[in-house]
Amino acid sequence: MSATALKSGRPKRVNPARWGLYAFILITALYFLLPLYVMIVTSLKPMAEIRQGHLLALPASPSLAAWVKAWTSACTGLTCEGIRVGFFNSLRILVPSVVISITVGSLTGYALSLWRVRGANILFGAMMVVAFIPYQVFIYPLVRVFSFTGLGQSLATIVTIHTIFGLPTMTLLFRNYFTSLPVELFKAARIDGAGFYQIYARIMMPMATPMIVVAVILQTTGIWNDFILGLVFAGRDNLPMTVQLNNIVNSTQGERAYNVDMAATLLTALLPLVIYFGSGRWFVRGIAAGAVKG
Amino acid sequence: MRLSLTSRLSVTSALLPALTVTLVVYLGATSWTAWMSLTNSRMLPNNNFVGLRQYELLLSNDRWITSVHNIIVYGVLFVSLALLIGFLLAVAIDQRVRAEDTIRSIYLYPYSMSFVVTGLVWQWLLNPTLGIQYVLRSWGFAGATFDWIVRPETAIYCLVIAGVWQASGLVMAIMLAGLRGVDDEIWKAARVDGLPKWRVYISIIIPMMGASFATAAVLLSTAVVRLYDLPVSMTNGGPGIASEVPAKFVMDHLFERGNIGLAAAAATTMLVTVIAVVAPYLYWRARKGEVR
Repeated sequence: MSATALKSGRPKRVNPARWGLYAFILITALYFLLPLYVMIVTSLKPMAEIRQGHLLALPASPSLAAWVKAWTSACTGLTCEGIRVGFFNSLRILVPSVVISITVGSLTGYALSLWRVRGANILFGAMMVVAFIPYQVFIYPLVRVFSFTGLGQSLATIVTIHTIFGLPTMTLLFRNYFTSLPVELFKAARIDGAGFYQIYARIMMPMATPMIVVAVILQTTGIWNDFILGLVFAGRDNLPMTVQLNNIVNSTQGERAYNVDMAATLLTALLPLVIYFGSGRWFVRGIAAGAVKG
Repeated sequence: MRLSLTSRLSVTSALLPALTVTLVVYLGATSWTAWMSLTNSRMLPNNNFVGLRQYELLLSNDRWITSVHNIIVYGVLFVSLALLIGFLLAVAIDQRVRAEDTIRSIYLYPYSMSFVVTGLVWQWLLNPTLGIQYVLRSWGFAGATFDWIVRPETAIYCLVIAGVWQASGLVMAIMLAGLRGVDDEIWKAARVDGLPKWRVYISIIIPMMGASFATAAVLLSTAVVRLYDLPVSMTNGGPGIASEVPAKFVMDHLFERGNIGLAAAAATTMLVTVIAVVAPYLYWRARKGEVR
């Protein structure tokens, strides 16, 4: 970036300020890395070693036993089938939720940006305000509505809920993107006689690939990391991984198996971490695009 | 361009979900919650109007008072520390440092993880028996105490530590984008004037970055009001009720204590607070014509 190259104009040389800068970066980086490091080493130690209390020490003889236990036989309340149950539940929630919320959101953003609709700004404005409102305001009425419709707590319910609460951000994302495209494109397609859904499917969505990537990253991490909605709406048979993880760690009777806890925690964090480190700048782009929601 | 009937039908069908969600979920659910806060609903909602009785009860409820007090302490510390640290990190990265991408990834990765994961890791680190306190003592600081998480008067600060760890990277990303947008001419002019760098940051750059600070502050503030997963996983509101927060108050009274009227009053109070914070911000952004 030439902009930054000019900024600190003088040639690089080792001076006290520079040392201070690197010391600051090093110390802060250690603070940020410490929890991840401790999670990893703890998960590889046997309990006997953990009880000796060397939190920061590398494991004397690293073992994956805690990982196996966390995955296959850790107790989440009444059952002891490991965090894998939660993993597959989260996966079953994630895939339809991501697909449906992006489809609905992109369609809404498309209709609100390129088509002249009466009241479009009011609808959009209302959705933007809602993006900030705490879930606690909606939760109980929604529980009643879903139990009234007979869906109750189920996979269909939690997918619908993620679609509902993903709608503001997804709409915003795609509306902004479609607004930024040259309008001639849209006009030409209209003159050629293409209809609403044809333009959406044949022209707009193929052009929106970068936004789709951003939306997938945003929704995947958001839905995977969700706790409160899964807890309330998914039902006992579909509890997501975050809820199961909390049960494993916080409802244990007797001595805590810290190594199993940390292995389960890492397993739960794995998918977002893989997405984060794998997607690089796309993740940051997602943050910037979703900045209005948070 | 006049729309044909088919087009109009298509547009309407596409907007049907958004319309339904806005009317039924957002407006409907919000009004229902507000209405329930005026009733004496217990386990199930009823329509016995009791005026502002639930709000009176709320204000005399110790747990609610503690929750509000906690969220103010948490909110002020969390927002200001995350802004400060995030800004410093962004400035540090902006100094043409080596391995910029790696450093940025390290600062930001906590943000990709859930609050539950964050809470559980920090619960382990702050554990007085085997965590950081033990490490400090084994290094020879015999009297070192870092048992904040088990002491009622300090438990809330543990949530701040974990929250700041998770969110500072987000602030860093927003601030870095802002810093990279600063015109080079400003830096050149400041160099010509012989201003030291830190002066340029304080007197020129920070005032220019109002939008970045506002965006970050609003994002962090909404996270404050929503704070739920972190206390649930890290302290479960304890010790006692020492780290209770409003969102948890609402959830517990809805689903465990069967006091829907009181929960609704608490939720409505949260709603009003959020609107009071967010409305001016959205208005300001809309006026600047940059609702993005």
